[in-house]
Amino acid sequence: MERVAVLGVGMVPVDEHWDRSMVDLAGEAALAAMTDAGMERVDALIVGNMTAAVGESGQLNLAAQIADWCGWRGLEAYKVEAACASGAAAFRAGIVTVASGQVDSVLVVGVEKMSQTESTLTTAALATAADADYEVPHGPSFVALNALIMRRYQHEYGWQHEDFAPFSVNAHANAARNPFARLRHTISVKEYSRARIVSDPINILDASPTGDGAAAIVLTRSGKVNGHANRPTVVVAASAVATDTIGIHSRREPLRLFAAERSAHTAYLQAGLRPDEMDFFELHDAFSIMAALSLEAAGMAEVGQGPRLAQEGAIRPDGSIPIATFGGLKARGHPVGATGVYQLVEVTRQLWGEAGDNQLSKARVGMAQSIGGTGATVVTHILRIKAKPASPSLRHSHA
Amino acid sequence: MEVSRHWRLKQQRYSLVGEVCPHCDSKIFPPRDICPDCGQEASQPYKFSGRGQVYSFTTVHNPPAGHEENAPYTVALVHLDEGPMVTAQLTDVGDKAVEIGMPVEMVTRKLRSDGERGILVYGYKFRPRLLPA
Repeated sequence: MERVAVLGVGMVPVDEHWDRSMVDLAGEAALAAMTDAGMERVDALIVGNMTAAVGESGQLNLAAQIADWCGWRGLEAYKVEAACASGAAAFRAGIVTVASGQVDSVLVVGVEKMSQTESTLTTAALATAADADYEVPHGPSFVALNALIMRRYQHEYGWQHEDFAPFSVNAHANAARNPFARLRHTISVKEYSRARIVSDPINILDASPTGDGAAAIVLTRSGKVNGHANRPTVVVAASAVATDTIGIHSRREPLRLFAAERSAHTAYLQAGLRPDEMDFFELHDAFSIMAALSLEAAGMAEVGQGPRLAQEGAIRPDGSIPIATFGGLKARGHPVGATGVYQLVEVTRQLWGEAGDNQLSKARVGMAQSIGGTGATVVTHILRIKAKPASPSLRHSHA
Repeated sequence: MEVSRHWRLKQQRYSLVGEVCPHCDSKIFPPRDICPDCGQEASQPYKFSGRGQVYSFTTVHNPPAGHEENAPYTVALVHLDEGPMVTAQLTDVGDKAVEIGMPVEMVTRKLRSDGERGILVYGYKFRPRLLPA
């Protein structure tokens, strides 16, 4: 797996880009990543997107359209879909494609255009991540499905709503320093507690904002020269996907993210690392309850104790396991199918030491995890700085 | 309008018909022909009693398209007495405060309508239990 390296990244700010089409956004992020990588052409383009076909956009053949926009007519290009984890699934497809040896380089683009759809239709589009026969006809919004989990979680483990506040407060504090974030303002615990209820117990400050966005990453086999002399080489240490039942009602333990546990476990085995060896974790905080469950599934908190890590400050940039270092889904924004690629761009920038005002003091190994639906498809990646072979002269100087 | 979907699901929507596994006796809803507990074939129909308890619930104020006429409404996960869980709306709650653990029973109600020329979609909802268990 460590044969695959990240060569360049690019993205557009998450926002309502009324003047830009879905393809404009994807193309802009794609070309930014190519410029960053110092390349003009890749061997394949893989696109992650969730709602282009179900929303008012009504667009399939998206990858071909983006390839053409970028001036790469003829290029191998196709789309990968895994609901809100589409971007991360596309990244995995890119890794596997490069690692197979069939191509030398792949451009992965995650893109979503949500602001041109009326809000009830956006709500309906997001609900397509749930079971169309046995969940959707009964009218739950995607928020409501998460609210069902959160209420029961509070009931089982005795947490109060306010105990989840540090997740949103931390995300907003980090987003305030990120020029690509959708919500660049801090919030207080009091504001969190008084926010408008969307679907009880979830309020507006538990929930991530949707938006228009695109992010892109160039992957290639390690060893290729990269134009940035000071950049450490970032390689893929692990890539793992696992699935669970699509409906919450079919899960034996609805308060556990089984697919997240399984994909994280597989990722740790691939990387040969333990949970406590992750320097930071870009998790899928679409709702504050999901942040808690992700920490538990990744083995960073005991089952039922996710909020404790937040209360103790472990999730902050100076804590033992920083999360949402650029604002996370909660405040950077959640352009659903693009989000997984944003997370991986952010992990890469941390590892390169190019995270600007969001730079962590220690960033050598980072994990990203994307959750499709309420936990049906979970994609986990671990990226790390490639270890340099020990130099004889260096060893000598220590002797 | 999804006419064929509603027709295909009529047994489940109107009568809560799932399956029972002939190998491990697990009761299955929604039906799926493969037992989620033992992994063997399980396509024998089984009619659920419709009785259960509220496992969790929430209120939808911002409904997805097609459900606007009913909002706000309460969606619940109902733990059926026979084992499986089902996602459904609560109805006929009146002034009663919904609580986790509240006993409920299945009733048939209108799930949605599809405009003046569309069809009316009926299916299961759950109400606070009236009959003795």
